[in-house]
Amino acid sequence: MDSEQKSRRALLKTGAALAGGITLGAVGKANAQSANPPTPTSENASPMIHGSKELIEYGQRSKYVTSVRIAHPLGGRPSPDVFGKVFHVASPLQDSVGVITPSSLHYIATTRGSFMPDIDPKLHTLTLHGEVDRPLTLTMDDLKRFPSVTRLHFIECAGNRHNGKQRTVQETHGMTSCSEWTGVLLSTLLKECGLKSSAKWFVAEGAEEVKGASSIPIVKGMDDCLIAYGQNGEALRPQQGFPLRIMVPGFEGIYHTKYLRRIKVTNQFYMNYNEFGHLTREDKELALGERIGPKSVITYPSGTQRLPGPGFYEISGLAWSGGGAVKTVEVSTDGGKKWNRAEFKNTPQRMAHVRFAYPWKWDGTETVIMSRTTDDIGQRQALREEIAEWWKVPFERDYRVPGLDNSVMPWKISKDGSVTNGLA
Amino acid sequence: MDSLKFVAASVLLGSLLAGTAFAQSPTYGVGRTPTPDELRRMDISISPDGHELPPGRGTVKEGAQVFIQKACIGCHGAGGVGGLAPNLVSKKSGDNVWKQDRVLPLRAPYATIVWDFIHRGMPLGLEGTLTPDEVYSVTAYLLFLNKVIPEDMVLDQKNLPKVKMPIGDEYGKPPPEFKLNTPRLEGYPY
Repeated sequence: MDSEQKSRRALLKTGAALAGGITLGAVGKANAQSANPPTPTSENASPMIHGSKELIEYGQRSKYVTSVRIAHPLGGRPSPDVFGKVFHVASPLQDSVGVITPSSLHYIATTRGSFMPDIDPKLHTLTLHGEVDRPLTLTMDDLKRFPSVTRLHFIECAGNRHNGKQRTVQETHGMTSCSEWTGVLLSTLLKECGLKSSAKWFVAEGAEEVKGASSIPIVKGMDDCLIAYGQNGEALRPQQGFPLRIMVPGFEGIYHTKYLRRIKVTNQFYMNYNEFGHLTREDKELALGERIGPKSVITYPSGTQRLPGPGFYEISGLAWSGGGAVKTVEVSTDGGKKWNRAEFKNTPQRMAHVRFAYPWKWDGTETVIMSRTTDDIGQRQALREEIAEWWKVPFERDYRVPGLDNSVMPWKISKDGSVTNGLA
Repeated sequence: MDSLKFVAASVLLGSLLAGTAFAQSPTYGVGRTPTPDELRRMDISISPDGHELPPGRGTVKEGAQVFIQKACIGCHGAGGVGGLAPNLVSKKSGDNVWKQDRVLPLRAPYATIVWDFIHRGMPLGLEGTLTPDEVYSVTAYLLFLNKVIPEDMVLDQKNLPKVKMPIGDEYGKPPPEFKLNTPRLEGYPY
């Protein structure tokens, strides 16, 4: 940068208001001739972002932060498809810090690929009926009058499976996200309705064009299901179900019905189109296909990232479980020979991501790093080899974990510092 | 009776007399009671036993007509195959059901799901406009194309839930009973 440019910037910073109507060229020239240039410490090396109506009203991130979601490569269908529908979109976990997924980067999945309805919240209602004494219809304003709760919860898609073909952690694990959700406990509303003794299940139905619906045990509904209208301090985003969704903490993503318009309490299991997708021949696999198991993944360093050279790194990642709160996370930096206790960066909460970290000095040799976790109801995350052994099937490279895939994810570090998929 | 309760009771009585049931929730007094008619129109969930199915009937032949008239053919293709939208007929029909494509009707254990989904979600952009008879007939057409029912079968609210799907009666059970704070599968160490 030559001195003329430097002084011009300095003048722009300190003198823009005074300069008023003088053209920039004139200002620069005048300053270059000055015998009294500003000291380097007063210099602002960066251009200024001018205030605008948009920036005052609703902020945006720096143009240098370019982390984005991607259509999930294994989603089976493109997003958007020829009809403009979106099916599966993955969150950029490799760039994530802390535990909250920004609402703009929250993963998306829709009921079998559906449109996103543009719902006027003034016209939206939630009706609870079925095996209850008093059916109830509530407007959004009504819902906000009930006592509310605010809780951190993850949502993870059942399709969040890792395999050797994927390159980044966004591809292997990007179909999970964690937000702070605000709303009314479903139990508060069901108590208002008065559950009949015949109530065994409930169907949660959305208002999108396919009216996606799922059957959920009433025991879960009375425990911790949350009728959420808030996400990360503001209203839900349309891609997350604006104006209303149900949170079914720890259950796979499809149960978290978006655009929630109806809760039908039933005396039997209703097989909705969503449940049809869960059909399996194996009862045991069915049991492993409802709740998310204990799971963790290292997000830094992860696939396609590169360590600049030997030295200190803080290995960092996310852990969660559909069974409760994460209890422990361990990290191995030698391919699973030795496991070391990781530290938590936030207090683990029930059915929420926790950020873990492990301080590591890389010696520059080739190695494999991975993490594993346990939860507070005694479940633990296993290696694929262990799972295959339990199922008494031979372990092969492309082994498919039955039910939801919560197996350990290895990342390989090469001598040149490049990080690749350890399953490849 | 304290004055607040008296006011509440009077308002409730007044509402009932006026013909609108504005009964509110007992603890918080928020919301309103939906009318039976509202609930009937809203309740599109069809159980495996089909007790919510509206009266109606439809044949395979009528279904083939509706499939064209209501433009299903535009997205799903002639005969339910070859369009931009998902295929509706398995290419491998007749084989082991688990080896067949995940085509809407085939692997479902209850024919009511086929009816339910067409009724709630089709046709795209005009959901909810098909009459019950039209839904019965399209259901009959698709089940016939997938070799589930004979060509001369007339589907109605009584026989639809009894249609034997290729998957058999063994499936369609709910997941194992959900118990709070217990592992997903007893004896599974992970």
